Amino acid sequence: METLTNNSTLRKTDLIFGREHDTLSLLKEALQREKDEIINELIESGLRGRGGAGFPTGLKWKFAKSAPGNEKYIVCNADEGEPGTFKDRIILEKAADKVFAGMALGGYVTGARHGIIYLRGEYSWMRNSLLLKIDDMNTAFKQLGLDFILEIRMGSGAYVCGEETALIESMEGKRGEPRNKPPFPVAKGFNNKPTIVNNVETLVYALLISHLGAAAFAAFGTEQSAGTKLFSVSGDTPQAGVYELELGMKLSDFVAEFGDGDTKAVQVGGASGFCVPRRKFDQTIIGFEGIPTGGSMMLFNSHRSMYHVLHNYLEFFVEESCGQCSPCRVGCQQLLLGIEAIKARKKPASYLKELIRIADTMRLASKCGLGQSVGNAFDSIVEEFKEEIIY
Amino acid sequence: MQNIRLTINSIPVEIEAGKTILDAAKKAGISIPTLCHHPDLCVAGNCRVCVVEQLGARTLQASCAVPVSEGMEISTNSAKVQRARRDILELLLSEHRSDCVNCYKNNQCELQELAAKYVFSSSELIPLPALQHYSIDASSSSIIKDDSKCIRCQRCVRTCSQLQHISALAVANKGSEQKISAFMDKPMANVVCTNCGQCVNRCPTGALTERNYITEVMHALHDKNKHVVVQTAPAVRIALGEGLGFAPGERVTGKMVAALKQLGFDAVLDTDFTADLTIMEEGTELLTRLKKVLVDGDTQSALPMTTSCSPGWIKFIEHKFPEFLPNVSTCKSPQQMFGALAKTYYAQKRKLDPANIVSVSVMPCTAKKYEADRPEMRDSGFKDVDYVLTTRELARMIKMAGIDFSALADLSYDSIMGTSTGAAVIFGATGGVMEAALRTAYEIITGREVPFENLNIQPARGMEGVREAAVKIEGCEDNWKFLEGAVLKVAIAHGLTNAYKVMQAVKEGRADYHFIEVMACPGGCLGGGGQPMPTSAEIRQKRAEAIYAEDAGMPLRKSHQNPEILAIYDEFLEKPLGHQSHKLLHTVYVERDWN
Repeated sequence: METLTNNSTLRKTDLIFGREHDTLSLLKEALQREKDEIINELIESGLRGRGGAGFPTGLKWKFAKSAPGNEKYIVCNADEGEPGTFKDRIILEKAADKVFAGMALGGYVTGARHGIIYLRGEYSWMRNSLLLKIDDMNTAFKQLGLDFILEIRMGSGAYVCGEETALIESMEGKRGEPRNKPPFPVAKGFNNKPTIVNNVETLVYALLISHLGAAAFAAFGTEQSAGTKLFSVSGDTPQAGVYELELGMKLSDFVAEFGDGDTKAVQVGGASGFCVPRRKFDQTIIGFEGIPTGGSMMLFNSHRSMYHVLHNYLEFFVEESCGQCSPCRVGCQQLLLGIEAIKARKKPASYLKELIRIADTMRLASKCGLGQSVGNAFDSIVEEFKEEIIY
Repeated sequence: MQNIRLTINSIPVEIEAGKTILDAAKKAGISIPTLCHHPDLCVAGNCRVCVVEQLGARTLQASCAVPVSEGMEISTNSAKVQRARRDILELLLSEHRSDCVNCYKNNQCELQELAAKYVFSSSELIPLPALQHYSIDASSSSIIKDDSKCIRCQRCVRTCSQLQHISALAVANKGSEQKISAFMDKPMANVVCTNCGQCVNRCPTGALTERNYITEVMHALHDKNKHVVVQTAPAVRIALGEGLGFAPGERVTGKMVAALKQLGFDAVLDTDFTADLTIMEEGTELLTRLKKVLVDGDTQSALPMTTSCSPGWIKFIEHKFPEFLPNVSTCKSPQQMFGALAKTYYAQKRKLDPANIVSVSVMPCTAKKYEADRPEMRDSGFKDVDYVLTTRELARMIKMAGIDFSALADLSYDSIMGTSTGAAVIFGATGGVMEAALRTAYEIITGREVPFENLNIQPARGMEGVREAAVKIEGCEDNWKFLEGAVLKVAIAHGLTNAYKVMQAVKEGRADYHFIEVMACPGGCLGGGGQPMPTSAEIRQKRAEAIYAEDAGMPLRKSHQNPEILAIYDEFLEKPLGHQSHKLLHTVYVERDWN
């Protein structure tokens, strides 16, 4: 661990990449333990899903373990599509074995004998090398006496397939469209069987927690945001890249480390996250008590037009909404048309109020997290940078 | 099953586990608006119009999709719900070309109805740009598809895959480009579509409608040089009333005849006549095939034989099971038998030039429009049926003419080709052709009536998707001794998903039927794609009861007793499967691709 300044809350850590582990011996060690013991360890560690939604991982595994039936699946969500995030790609390049061992551990704990990596379509270039590693892993599982097998399914480029039920539909060969919930995947997922869907990073931490212990993990971060997390840092920064940081830091400390000295806003959590203006950096905590994130941190300096930033996000959502539910399909288009019309003086500035209302309806009534979170970026950019949107 | 207790708008409700919030609200007498929901279809939960507020939940819940849970507190009219509901409707209206006064579905549009109820003042939202450059797919003989009216509720998609096993319509693209597309974006005429119109029946807006011939028929009626005959299908008389203010299941046969006369048709005739004729031809065909296979050891005659009355089924089997086309009865459908006879037999008897006859049919069906356009259907030397109207189109014409339908005194069909039996009217219900055929065939073989009380062959009736029956044949007449002791095995399927199941069983050798009745639409013709909207299992049940009541009330209930049938064989056709029959009443089928 490296502390930058005495009073900074930003701490770089190296749990995932920094330590040379023999992954298989970690797995072997974990397989000696009682299943419930591992679940309790995960619950105590406070590990929450690292994809962004933040569901407690130990609970998810517990639900899946108690779900009836002997055909279960564990799925690694490697459909990393949130704008500004690329940390899963780095994990899969540098530490895929830990991901696979994490899946096997999940399989051991929950009774899933089948692990599927749902790989983002744009990452197809790493498919072959991953397959080679999977072959080795599958052999190793056999040697360990573990009834578990891994395979890869390719995504086809739709952002919404990162949503776990859309991902499952896609794996079943259907259109990638989110399902109605309940039932949740832990009860009825892939092929209507209990299915755990975990983010790439979550699986690595689960494996590490089984080795380090809950307390060692929870020693990092805060009470609500235990542990460390990978951040994908991009935008106006001299140090774009992937960093493992302790959760619960102040955004001002993050900007002090990664900004270019002229940072006017940070988009935390990608296009579906929140935009924080400079004046709020000091009061913003990165974590579940403040702004949670799947790791995307985009910095914007004063040369950037926040209208263009918002326009870009909305264009993205207009294209990436699956289109099945009306608030999201039409709402995204209306938000985009709306800011264009205001900019072009075809609608009065007061029309922004209507748009904020539409965004709120999308938040309340959309079928999945995509439509529900469009309003995050929309509201925060419109409220904090109103002049840039209107004039 | 265990019951769940919850409250809706503070009203306590108790309902079985597994039911939805929408079901519970209905039980509590609270109405929630819906669009994508349809009682015949699986849950979609995509329009979001039915959202409600659940105490403690972060987001609103789609009441059609969320199952009830113990202690739930639901509000269907909170400020949040009202605002979201209105916003969602405004969003839908912004992607819908709201050209209501010019729309074929004006006043019969579910979106329009909800807009009137919940939107009532103009929306600020910007109409989506796609509405400025739309095109309408009018390639099909039966169905017009106008995407600019589509609100992507996917009822049509679910209908086509779930009920009909076709998926001619599917969701394509995503986001703002998402749309309901015929396969590979081809025109409707060039895809595997059976023209059944079940999608039309369930489309809440004007996105899918029948190709209508109201103007053409009106034009013919006003042409003094034309003799316009109309035939009405069995299932029209028990559903037309629904389009004119009557409750489902009201029989309006006499009023319908009176209205058609007021509209100016020169002769109001009955498809039931050719339904009886179908029984004579098809029944004989079945017995002939049985004899050839069982006695002569003929390997060319295919069994099981299937019915051929439903043009949706014909198109389906042409695409999906072309290897079984020899199994399909060569009989034309009653509509087309009628058309061929109208411009031959009828013309001769009435001393009319067939060139001046305009032959119109009123059908519960959209596929009949396609059928009438088939190139094979010109055996009279003319287009045998010039225009096919749906039940809905007739209701509209009656309204247009200002006819006070409920005040009409009953009138009877004209003659000739207007007399029929109860066996013909039950063609309108699933199992009806089977029952009518058995009433006649059994009697031909044994000289006795079918061994069922009041001729009602109960095993053929009902709404089970696939029904089977077996009739043991005993005491045969001399000509039919080869059937003595045989057990005739029959199956009935309605809805093409059920037809698929039956044919797949036959294909895989899991079934040994002799005769299969298939109707493309749920419930048979009474649930046809041209029938008044809405449709549901309850409505179809009421229509079925009306059909059987109509049958029970007929003086003659067996096709072979129809005096006009006896006369036409005597004067014109000679005998079933005779030379004239072969020329006018039978047809051939076309092998088609399944893509």
